[in-house]
Amino acid sequence: MEFLNDLKDQASTAYELLAAGWGVQLLWGIAWTLAVTVVSMLIGATLGSLVAAAKLSHRGGLRFIGESYTTVFRGEPELLIIYLFYYGGTQVLTGVARSTGSIGSTDILNMPSFLGGVLAVGIISGAYQAEVFRGSFLAIHRGELEAARAYGMSAWLRFRLVIMPQVLRLAVPGLGNVWQLTIKDSALISVTGVAELMLTANKAARSTHHSLLFYTLAGILYLVMTSISTPIFDRAERYTSRSFTRPK
Amino acid sequence: MEFDFYLSTIWSVLKALPLTLEIWFFGIAFGLVIATGLTWLRASGYKLGEYFTRAYVFVFRGSPLLVQLYLIYFGLSQFDFVRHSPILWPILRDPMYCTIVAMALNTAAYESEIFRGALRAVPVGQIEAAKAFGMSAFTRFRLVTLPIALRLALPAYSTEIILMTKATALASVVTIMEMMGTAQKIQHDTFRPIEVLTCAGVIYLLLNLSIARLFAWVEYRLSPHLRPPPEQNQLAKPVPEVL
Repeated sequence: MEFLNDLKDQASTAYELLAAGWGVQLLWGIAWTLAVTVVSMLIGATLGSLVAAAKLSHRGGLRFIGESYTTVFRGEPELLIIYLFYYGGTQVLTGVARSTGSIGSTDILNMPSFLGGVLAVGIISGAYQAEVFRGSFLAIHRGELEAARAYGMSAWLRFRLVIMPQVLRLAVPGLGNVWQLTIKDSALISVTGVAELMLTANKAARSTHHSLLFYTLAGILYLVMTSISTPIFDRAERYTSRSFTRPK
Repeated sequence: MEFDFYLSTIWSVLKALPLTLEIWFFGIAFGLVIATGLTWLRASGYKLGEYFTRAYVFVFRGSPLLVQLYLIYFGLSQFDFVRHSPILWPILRDPMYCTIVAMALNTAAYESEIFRGALRAVPVGQIEAAKAFGMSAFTRFRLVTLPIALRLALPAYSTEIILMTKATALASVVTIMEMMGTAQKIQHDTFRPIEVLTCAGVIYLLLNLSIARLFAWVEYRLSPHLRPPPEQNQLAKPVPEVL
């Protein structure tokens, strides 16, 4: 009974709190979370395709670099990478600025928190995307690459006409998984002070003392974001493999 | 001077390794228990059980672990009955226990899906053969389904264990001084984040690599039927090649 009464109290205050401005704040939080995720995914896609190429290279040195990248960034705690980019970035920026004399010798030049967070999450996302791209490349039939070579296609033409369209098609389900991972990783950059959903919920919880309400709301909003993206990626999968299904 | 700094940092972080391992171990152990229950509920064929596990997996896989941790640590104490409960309150006011609970609940969702997949991947022919031998359902499960399913679940399970090692770092945000928390403190004291975090990173990486190696070894031991037969008149290698 006590439990139900508690719940009723929470529900009645919930509306008041959200109407008092926290609702709008949370919506901004969602916007920032999505912005962080999209930018990180783009950074990750760029790095991931380069690393995948390195891992598939014939040169031992490049393969080693690719392997190390995916091992390190998938093996380290995400929090550590985020701290490394945020505080490490501050350390480097401060060092450079002090030595050039643009700030005083006791001043500190902070890493922009959005940039630091996005770089860190993007690099982690890149490690997972590299594996996705590598797997998709390996799933292309060898015969097709040989046929393209037999036609005398240059490496660039082979990449543009044979490899890339197929890698993109095969990578869609894997990229969907990485997208979900990246949404969840983006919650961690709240520690650097980017006002995304997690930090907004944190602030609201601390200043109103309704932590249950705001953390539950944050959890639900994350669930909405991750579950909305599933049908979108299903659609993308259908679209990219439309030439492989029979027309009705 | 430089070398001393690295050495002392690594030493201080290493001193927090037992705490990290403690969170890791109990998180995994309780997680395994919950996951076993969930898998059983899902496989039992009751509609209600299936709906419950589906909802559970949806919730715990769809939201970040950090939200779950905050919800358990800060959120649940809002309930009066939690604060007055002689069993729940000692658990939920302690950040250490809260981290373990959050990790266990979170990993159970992933693991139950791994186990479900593994159970479904057991070849039907094997089960039919066991039935034809007249094995009872329990014997069939003990001697045929379980060993095959465990072997099939192992690669995905090892990935999940490594994710758990990474997740222990989240304990630092609820004031636990495990490896990440210790590294944070040293970093704030010395303002040399790159050096300190690199030291901690090396330890985390070595930890994860050894876990991966351990699982690779177990996998190697459990799949003799997949290895090529040894050459005639040749001694078996003393150390498996995966190591």
